[in-house]
Amino acid sequence: MAQTLFDKIWEAHLVARRADGRELIYIDRHVLHELHAPHAFKKLAQAQRAVRRPDLTFSVQDHTVSTKPGRNDTTNAQSTPFLQAMRDGSARNGIRLFDIDDPEQGISHVVAPELGMVLPGATHAVPDSHACTVGGLGALAFGCGTSELEHILVTQVIALKRPKRMRVRLDGGLGPHVTAKDVALRIIAEVGIAGGRGHAVEYAGAAVRAMSIEGRLTLCNLAIEMGARSGFVAPDETTFGWLADRPFAPQGRQWDAALAHWGTLKSDDDAQFDSEVVLDCCDLEPQITWGTDPSQVVGVGGRVPELASVAPGQEAAYRRALDYMGLTPGMAVAGLPVHRVFIGSCTNSRLPDLEAAAAVVRGRHVAAGVVAMVVPGSSTVKREAEAAGLDRVFRAAGFFWGESGCSMCAGGNGDRGEAGERCVSTTNRNFEGRQGKGVRTHLVSPATAAATAIAGRIVDVRRMLEGAA
Amino acid sequence: MQPFTTLTGVAVPLLQDDINTDQITPINRNINPDWAALLFANARKRPDGSADPDFPLNKPQFGAPSILVTGRNFGCGSSREGAVWAMIATGIRCIVARSFADIYRENCLQNGLLPVELKPADCAAFEARVLAADGAAPFTVDLQAQRISGPGGPDLAFELPGADRTRLLEGLDDIGLTLKHAPEIAAFEQRMAGAQPWLQTAADSRR
Repeated sequence: MAQTLFDKIWEAHLVARRADGRELIYIDRHVLHELHAPHAFKKLAQAQRAVRRPDLTFSVQDHTVSTKPGRNDTTNAQSTPFLQAMRDGSARNGIRLFDIDDPEQGISHVVAPELGMVLPGATHAVPDSHACTVGGLGALAFGCGTSELEHILVTQVIALKRPKRMRVRLDGGLGPHVTAKDVALRIIAEVGIAGGRGHAVEYAGAAVRAMSIEGRLTLCNLAIEMGARSGFVAPDETTFGWLADRPFAPQGRQWDAALAHWGTLKSDDDAQFDSEVVLDCCDLEPQITWGTDPSQVVGVGGRVPELASVAPGQEAAYRRALDYMGLTPGMAVAGLPVHRVFIGSCTNSRLPDLEAAAAVVRGRHVAAGVVAMVVPGSSTVKREAEAAGLDRVFRAAGFFWGESGCSMCAGGNGDRGEAGERCVSTTNRNFEGRQGKGVRTHLVSPATAAATAIAGRIVDVRRMLEGAA
Repeated sequence: MQPFTTLTGVAVPLLQDDINTDQITPINRNINPDWAALLFANARKRPDGSADPDFPLNKPQFGAPSILVTGRNFGCGSSREGAVWAMIATGIRCIVARSFADIYRENCLQNGLLPVELKPADCAAFEARVLAADGAAPFTVDLQAQRISGPGGPDLAFELPGADRTRLLEGLDDIGLTLKHAPEIAAFEQRMAGAQPWLQTAADSRR
């Protein structure tokens, strides 16, 4: 019978069916972070249970680390207990830790792909909802809670109900300065924030094939923002070329064998999906959120929706979002003055993201009164960006250039805005209070964020660059 | 895990859709936080920091809630399990929602917090009953019978998959359930080491 790629990976990792009907799915790679893992380490110790496969498990420090240059354990006093508990728990259980001073430290969803820990057809789990990011390499990933994390540490399996399959087909090509982020936001706008609930999402189509791996990671990162726990892209030559020679990827004859297998990792032509969404990307413009959930999206040249266009039953949520964001119906989004710009997070902090932002910033300066930050997704990305001189471009323009971590995405390290500030951000959640109590977040691509920092107000990056040409 | 059989107590209405886990529990900067104090910590306060008397959980009649009644897609967003622990710490052992986000529902089941989805046709009437009761009369959730009873109307049936029901009723340890399959896990690892050996090792080729 014809199978989807999801079914192929699922079947290959099905260990057993539990008496209660749940399916035990083997986890090939498990990556932990310091915000949630310490609690599980404590429970393991109390129950005197051991980690089954420390050799397939990795730890990172990302959520609470300071981004200040020269940081250490105590730069951020509230973070110190998290960092130490992570260090102790990882050491006690024989898990390799990418610690705060490790040259390869960074956000788990950036580090795991760039080191080649994540592989096509592999399963992956992180106690973080953006685990789905690594689906960009053709892996099946599950974000999980702390109890599930403990379960995986002890058993190396996760007990799941089989999700349904959804395909999102992205046709056409993207225009200049229109990115995977813009596509992902548009999809959420079309499907809604619960449209992918209970589904694993395969992204397919010409626009996906043309995307870089970094673009695919961004695309899959936002699967959870439409409610899907897993999102992925079938691997192809772009994937294989990107992974070759990464330190944790198979080498030599193992690589050849893996490559032969990876060539089979695609949905069969006549495979059936439970639902399908099609989006033509040809005329897509840069996108921006106007409200307080990631489906409240317009083109950057668009206007805040009128009440008449709101779906029945959503009027109260619409009014609440407008009130929180300090907007009125029909208002143009472009031109809104901003206080803060953040470029970073597991969504948009990889080298091509920073290159795209730097290309806009080069030779320009951040507008007066705007606080602008760039936080690379990993120390590796930071080093590579510095080798290319990007840090000098950003600093000369008045940006803060930070040490890598999750930073202002969730504010777990104290990087936050002030109430009432309008913040344009390359992150993934524009929820109330997410970037600080009362902060008004607009989600955008790195290019749009960079252009907005320069202009001091929300702008269409294409206009800014054409104006300069 | 504490078993869940029946629960009788005050039902607090929070009738919004898409309440996310950042709203339920803003990110914890303390490694051992007071989870009860984090529950809706931002929504409970007005901009000047004082308690918002209009927020349901701040009202005196909802001072000791047992059941939270809410809208669609409850618990979307971050996977933080604190958003469940904060409910338990406040005494809430059951959430009746129009629907749940996938990860949040899973986190509920892991902690003996009963996630109930009523039949779509029953939701509006039940929400109206909870509003009308206004904390003055209790509701009872019976997991064995899969029924909710309370003032203002008939008993309502709900369904929880049998597997999840048994786990909650008996307070079964999820890890214990899986460890019964330890031999199959070991056999799987052996099989995978032959079929896709690169998945059974994650060595750093530079070391």
